[in-house]
Amino acid sequence: MTASLEIRDLSITFGEGPDAVKVLPSVSFSVAPGECFGLVGESGSGKSTVLRCVSLLTTIWSGEVKIDGRDLRELPLKQRCRLIQMVFQDPYGSLHPRQSVRTTLAEPLRIHGLDDHEGRMKRAMIEVGLPVGFLDRFPHQLSGGQRQRVAIARALILEPALLLLDEPTSALDVSVQAEILNLLARLREERGLTYVMVTHDLAVVDHMCDRFAVMLRGEITEILPREAIPGNQATHPYARELIGASLDYEGRA
Amino acid sequence: MTDIASSPARLPGWLSALRNILAYLLRSPTSAFGLAVIAVLVLTAALAPWIATHDPFAQNLDNVLQPPGSGHLFGTDELGRDIFSRLVYGARITLRIIFLVSVVVGPIGLIVGATAGYVGGWMDAVLMRVTDIFLAFPSLILSLAFVAALGPSLGNAIIAIALTSWPPIARLARAETMTFRKADYIAAARLQGASPLRIILKSIIPMCLPSVVIRLTLNMATVILTAAGLGFLGLGAQPPEPEWGAMIATGRRYMIDSWWLVACPGVAILCVSLAFNLLGDGLRDALDPRQMNRR
Ligand SMILES: Nc1ncnc2c1ncn2[C@@H]1O[C@H](COP(=O)(O)OP(=O)(O)O)[C@@H](O)[C@H]1O
Ligand SMILES: [Mg+2]
Repeated sequence: MTASLEIRDLSITFGEGPDAVKVLPSVSFSVAPGECFGLVGESGSGKSTVLRCVSLLTTIWSGEVKIDGRDLRELPLKQRCRLIQMVFQDPYGSLHPRQSVRTTLAEPLRIHGLDDHEGRMKRAMIEVGLPVGFLDRFPHQLSGGQRQRVAIARALILEPALLLLDEPTSALDVSVQAEILNLLARLREERGLTYVMVTHDLAVVDHMCDRFAVMLRGEITEILPREAIPGNQATHPYARELIGASLDYEGRA
Repeated sequence: MTDIASSPARLPGWLSALRNILAYLLRSPTSAFGLAVIAVLVLTAALAPWIATHDPFAQNLDNVLQPPGSGHLFGTDELGRDIFSRLVYGARITLRIIFLVSVVVGPIGLIVGATAGYVGGWMDAVLMRVTDIFLAFPSLILSLAFVAALGPSLGNAIIAIALTSWPPIARLARAETMTFRKADYIAAARLQGASPLRIILKSIIPMCLPSVVIRLTLNMATVILTAAGLGFLGLGAQPPEPEWGAMIATGRRYMIDSWWLVACPGVAILCVSLAFNLLGDGLRDALDPRQMNRR
């Protein structure tokens, strides 16, 4: 299952009157079915906000978002949930502290009235590389990486086509980051998922993404293919600076 | 303690959590004292027919106002009834009041507070203004008004106390809800298509539960005192029910010569409400989120 995503003139303003802040003036980009699209930019540039708009966690935006050519706002809730899911940045805040892994994974199955709960949960655990016995653990009995795997299992248990990833590895130890990225890459390959992945790390983009957009203060300055990173083929000064800094860092490391 | 919809496989989980909480409570002398007094209260109420030495309602006009000792552990009252036996049966009334009030107040406060905090907007405004109206009156005065309107009886006293003690619980639950309504785990539940009701029941209420349980426990002392106060004013349990407050009310007339008529139920009320306060304090420490990882 796979889906395309098309965003046109997405804009959002928080607050009203003199306190109003235009966080996204006008964002447009499209993602092909099965593509991994990166969103990079400094902290506060509106990357997470884009994902929250696309997932309709925030509804006050204007513009047009289409999934597989269908207007996002017109999709019925249940159908939307089975099309779009999200993995959050902080696995310590994205799992309910008082729910076992079993409850966390069973809830979406119950909500959508799916059958074979036990089988689906077991397969989900195996797929994200966790022992099935961990179903009865609580979040505080898991490491950060294990929690993020549970969060990924929760996102995938409804078999969505589009996965929104909000810096899925930035809260994790460096040693665990690569494991999670490899897991995500494998899942995309196996399931033909479409990814929109927020990150501030160009090495992650280089590893995972086909194309990426560089954001600055809510605007997309430039959309580049992955191949543009090594030779720094960006044309916009900010994008050049960002890629240059990352290349410098890697050169030294 | 966590989630009601648990599978049998998880039973040992919350059982061991319960055992840990008990062990924690027993480590501090004050909460251990509270727990012990409440255990005695529960056992007394359960085994009242075997513990009581006399029939609590049997009058003996040849044997009135006997001092403690002399065949009656705590003496007899103005109608010759055994005070110890009346206290023992009174424990049942006290427990019934506490239980019924908590069973009504806990869920109402939780639902109102969690709904106001999670849904927000006009729902929050309406629910919180109603809560404010109830909070604006001192609870004893409000209970008095309710009982006066409904007619004096133990059942009406319980309803009146319940009506006046849910608002602080709702306030607490709302404040708690506000702290995590924006959390990612709530956002994740929304993305899975959970309805607001489902989120409130399954995600929010379990998070509010510990502080509400603590608050309810601390509240029980007030409930007991209010019930005794209503009983004392003749608006709660009616004679010949051996309710502790009502016993003090009738004993008051003989207080100068026969102190035990007032002192015995007075000490019982004091001990039990103190015990619930101490237990509530202990629970506050035991359920502290910082202790969570030890469980
Ligand atoms: N609900 C909100 N209300 C007001 N401002 C917000 C809200 N959400 C995000 N913002 C603002 O939008 C900007 C972009 O935030 P965010 O999308 O989280 O950035 P990023 O993920 O790129 O670090 C920030 O300046 C933040 O303060
Ligand atoms: Mg962010």
